[in-house]
Amino acid sequence: MEKTLNWREFAITRLVRASGYSAIVFVTLIFFFLLREGLPTLTEVSVSNLLSLRWYPIEEHFGLLPLITGSIMVTLGATLVAVPLGIGTAVFIAEVAPRWAREILKPLVELLGGLPSVVLGFLGILLLSPFLRSFFNLPTGLTALAGALLLGGIAVPTVVSVAEDALDSVPRSYREGAWALGATRWQTIWRVTLPAASSGVLTAIMLGVGRAIGETMAVMMVTGNAPVLAVTPGSLFSPVRTMTATIAAEMGEVANGSVHYHTLFFIGMVLFVISLAVNLAASSVVFRAKQRAERVLS
Amino acid sequence: MKRIFFLDRHLTERLGFGLLLLVALLTVIPIVAVVIYILYEGGPAISWEFLTAVPRDGMREGGILPAIIGTFYLTIGTAIFSVPLGIAAAIYLSEYAPETGWTRVIRIAIINLAGIPSVVYGLFGLGLFVLFLKFGTSILSASLTLSIMTLPVIISTAEEALRAVPQAFRTVSISLGGTRWQTIRRIVLPQALPGILTGVILGLERAAGETAPILFTGAAFFLPRLPNSPLDATMALPYHLFVISTQVPEMPPQIQYGTALVLLVFVLAMNIIATVIRSRARSRRQW
Repeated sequence: MEKTLNWREFAITRLVRASGYSAIVFVTLIFFFLLREGLPTLTEVSVSNLLSLRWYPIEEHFGLLPLITGSIMVTLGATLVAVPLGIGTAVFIAEVAPRWAREILKPLVELLGGLPSVVLGFLGILLLSPFLRSFFNLPTGLTALAGALLLGGIAVPTVVSVAEDALDSVPRSYREGAWALGATRWQTIWRVTLPAASSGVLTAIMLGVGRAIGETMAVMMVTGNAPVLAVTPGSLFSPVRTMTATIAAEMGEVANGSVHYHTLFFIGMVLFVISLAVNLAASSVVFRAKQRAERVLS
Repeated sequence: MKRIFFLDRHLTERLGFGLLLLVALLTVIPIVAVVIYILYEGGPAISWEFLTAVPRDGMREGGILPAIIGTFYLTIGTAIFSVPLGIAAAIYLSEYAPETGWTRVIRIAIINLAGIPSVVYGLFGLGLFVLFLKFGTSILSASLTLSIMTLPVIISTAEEALRAVPQAFRTVSISLGGTRWQTIRRIVLPQALPGILTGVILGLERAAGETAPILFTGAAFFLPRLPNSPLDATMALPYHLFVISTQVPEMPPQIQYGTALVLLVFVLAMNIIATVIRSRARSRRQW
């Protein structure tokens, strides 16, 4: 009895530990497969071709700049929408709203996080883009702007939940100290609570940006997918094509192992590295802030 | 002078709070509007035939049964792989893991898994499951891809739920002679179950609504029959909605809205179940 119990305990411990380490295995596997299928691009396509301004794979033009600028344009626009809405909503939920309002607002924001992006893309095609077309008098409503607005909405729940956690974790004594000095609640929010939560709020913004860069379906459905260089503010009102949309739209039609196939994996690799960088930066901000807080409090 | 300043401060506060309320409403109202609009426009499309027939006439007529069943299978498949693995990983992080460098690496890996774009998961699934392991474009490949994507959500919510169980519970169990695993199985897990369940459902809800990871791993453009085995490709609600709203010309809007409605109800139901479990557990909790 004693022996079987020990043996079981031993086996389960091993199993549980292996599961814990599986996350590392998966990240490594993902990176390995992206490298394996994506790196051949560098030998098959010249660097000057990859850095050219034309993405037209049928004629062997693999210029990535239009796709990269398209992604940046849409993501920047989305950030401009998601940050004020997200941070404002988080502050309202955490600091201003009465309890009953909080109980309604939080699940609703969570619900937005759960809405499938195809549903939003579908409404983008049917409602948002015709509206933009007539409002701005454009030849087509399927533009970077439509993508930015939708993506902004998709990034909001991420920003809200991370920023709200950060505001919640500010010790109550900070606020009470400010009130005792005669500050209004509004002053306390701006001069005490938000600065104290600044690292968490920064993380929220970064994770929101990360969410926006990686979003695929909604963007593919509403941005018009024209691979043209998007660097001027005016290109917000014209169709663009993002990196994610390119992969999603073209991967189904390429022959496995072709140059085009490898290049799409190469784009995936670039996206992976971007999301890695964003997330490492976000977690190091939190880590450093924690260390600083420990120094201050000790 | 001083009094005016005093009034100003409070006026600013009122204006500020008003502005924040406006921002919060600006965030929330479109969400409610989207849900109501789809319920309203999609409602008339819902009929017994729509829910139980296969698509006909280039998907312009008939029902969406294969897509409903497909999404159901994919969700179950995702759960089979991701739930045991995710909960075990959470147990490791909350109950076993020492605070060492490797544990930090695991946490960083989880954060990164959560941030990887869904379409990159699709590429990975194509490279590993479809081509390398030769599972083909199948429910199996798509479910495996979706489960790795869902894993970080399940791990982090389950860990949070496990950590919320007071340390005293564990101390008592160990002092009564329970082993570590007995303590976890009989004491900690049952206490954390509602929290874990909420996380699992929210994770699966995301998987059910995703399109990009299944695009090249298991989704079929048009397959007017039900899948026979896990190695069959399948139609799925989100991909079907994408197809009929962008790829098929002259699609009747009613069918589009109806499909969007069914997908929305699928996802909303999971969301509401998760919310209810959480709030009931909170009000019943004795610690």
